Amino acid sequence: MSSSNKPRTLYDKIWDDHVVSDLGAGSALIYIDRHLVHEVTSPQAFDGLRLNHRQPWRLAANLAVPDHNVPTVDRAKGIKDPISRAQLDALDANCAEFGITKFDLMDRRQGIVHVIGPEQGATLPGMTVVCGDSHTSTHGAFGALAFGIGTSEVEHALATQTLVLKKARTMLVRVKGHVGPGVTAKDITLAIIGRIGTAGGTGHVIEYAGEAIEDLSMEGRMTLCNMAIEGGARAGLVAVDDKTIAYVKGRPYAPKAEHWDAAVAYWKTLKSDAGAAFDAVVEIDAAGIQPQVTWGTSPEMVLPVGAAVPNPADEADPVKRNGMEKALAYMGLKAGTPIEKIAIDKVFIGSCTNSRIEDMRAAAAVVKGRKKAANVKLAMVVPGSGLVKEQAEAEGLDQIFRDAGFEWREPGCSMCLAMNADRLEPGERCASTSNRNFEGRQGAGGRTHLVSPAMAAAAGIAGHFVDVRSF
Amino acid sequence: MRAFTVVSSKIAPLDRPNVDTDAIIPKQYLKSIRRTGFGPFLFDDWRYLDAGDLEIDPATRRVNPDFVLNKAEHQGAQILIARDNFGCGSSREHAVWALDDYGFRAVIAPSYADIFFSNCFKNGVLPVVLKPEEVQAIFDGVARNPDAQFTIDLPAQQVKLPCGNAFSFEIDAGRKHNLVEGLDEIGLTLKNADAIRAYEARRAQQAPWLFAS
Ligand code: SF4
Repeated sequence: MSSSNKPRTLYDKIWDDHVVSDLGAGSALIYIDRHLVHEVTSPQAFDGLRLNHRQPWRLAANLAVPDHNVPTVDRAKGIKDPISRAQLDALDANCAEFGITKFDLMDRRQGIVHVIGPEQGATLPGMTVVCGDSHTSTHGAFGALAFGIGTSEVEHALATQTLVLKKARTMLVRVKGHVGPGVTAKDITLAIIGRIGTAGGTGHVIEYAGEAIEDLSMEGRMTLCNMAIEGGARAGLVAVDDKTIAYVKGRPYAPKAEHWDAAVAYWKTLKSDAGAAFDAVVEIDAAGIQPQVTWGTSPEMVLPVGAAVPNPADEADPVKRNGMEKALAYMGLKAGTPIEKIAIDKVFIGSCTNSRIEDMRAAAAVVKGRKKAANVKLAMVVPGSGLVKEQAEAEGLDQIFRDAGFEWREPGCSMCLAMNADRLEPGERCASTSNRNFEGRQGAGGRTHLVSPAMAAAAGIAGHFVDVRSF
Repeated sequence: MRAFTVVSSKIAPLDRPNVDTDAIIPKQYLKSIRRTGFGPFLFDDWRYLDAGDLEIDPATRRVNPDFVLNKAEHQGAQILIARDNFGCGSSREHAVWALDDYGFRAVIAPSYADIFFSNCFKNGVLPVVLKPEEVQAIFDGVARNPDAQFTIDLPAQQVKLPCGNAFSFEIDAGRKHNLVEGLDEIGLTLKNADAIRAYEARRAQQAPWLFAS
């Protein structure tokens, strides 16, 4: 706890409450409350434990689930690819050997690690949450300090329940006023990245504030914080409010009755003090944010749907111009083409950015009673967890998607990174609700345009990008 | 961990900003459950003309003759230089493992993404931050003479140029110490085991719900 009365940011408060020992020069040994584990970045960490005869420090802090490399169809038949199967087997064996709780592939609670953490109440306000995955920033929506780590840090967190961290700088992103109809959390987060750039938040923790952020549901705040890393910030944060507390209440890992009131009292302190100083402040007018579409190979290459593909010749900075030329060549796009004239081959609705129930509902509302365009070869909807899938099915959303010619799949990361069989073929163009449009991200040679679920759904119906507000 | 003190080598120039970890090591290789063997797949999509996978022998693939690392003059370089925001994207430590396995001991760039930067230090790979104009000067120097030898001296915090000049760089004192000495960070942290237990006891009083199960 801090001894001084200086106004503190939310980040300062969580940091102060987790310092095990001060290591000087701005570094500290920081306690980790929750460690989420998945199959891709953990096997080498468990090997490290074995090699050094170490045990996990606190088993109950860990929760494991396979997600990156799981099939989204015919799951009961098992995994065909022997290498993928070996990775899932390794997670099973490691969790069994060390005694870590794991949701199996066939468990109804299985899903993308960043969907199930909050869904289970395993992510709580004020916690430090880590996972060997950069989109751990998602959990910051709960006023938790959550960030991605590499495999060596996975091993460090397992063995010591701590990490050696250098305190980050802070950036306040204030989104003032209210967004218009048809503009979602995804559009807000993309517009912020368009403004600050993919390295704008490097070395910082971003706190999102302002009316437009307060307006967002918890699902929307997760979408927002999910892409903090795409703006270079290892973590994003939103202050705790009544929506946060209502979301957490009653979830399996949430505090039980005897601790509930004390927990809520503590959580209500989890906001930046009036007058707390940030190292950087960015202000954005919510009313000016339009539905966004990326046109290039970096999330900062983003424009409102009504714009046209930019011309590298207009860029003065030679390094940037060169990057734009490479991006347009890779994307197979010509400068000046209106974004609404770009035809697509596939639609992917899913990923830890946009696979929660609200995202499913938003996409279903657009496709309801309509049919997928003939030029769209595949439109797939991949719910973020088994529980999201059940909920969506209970609401009849799966049938709406199927009737429109969209495929309804089993939960996992799927075509967000295309480690499993779901991928783009070279040259294929995709309207995707995921978070990265890097070269080859969704399959070698594949071309990704990042959009909101409603925009992806509308593109699937129209066959090209359209402004969902006039659709 | 392997120590890093002084490395002398020519430099391979990768003239791109925002080199992301998907480009450094594509996802199909993340199915491996090992820490080694990623070198042949470093920059896979740029380095080869055909698609690769863990099952495909890299020796049988079509090499892209235009990619800079495939040029004869850059073979054997132990230092890579690139532009801003190197290592952005995913947390995959496989990116550092691939650079290391390929033979790179250090990277020079004007800036790095945070997670990649931190991952380097856990693997004895040094990410050197130089000013953009210094990075440009090195790119120019390598273009004039690809065989020019540079020396990264970590104890002195300097990149020594062939002409005799040197660029100084900043580095966190703790990270430098661990790298120069080749220390195991987990072993060091476990020396604080009593402090960790004391923290847990204190925290369990303040926030008992965090320790309820
Ligand atoms: S959905 Fe995509 S970004 Fe999210 S954890 Fe999975 S692979 Fe990573």
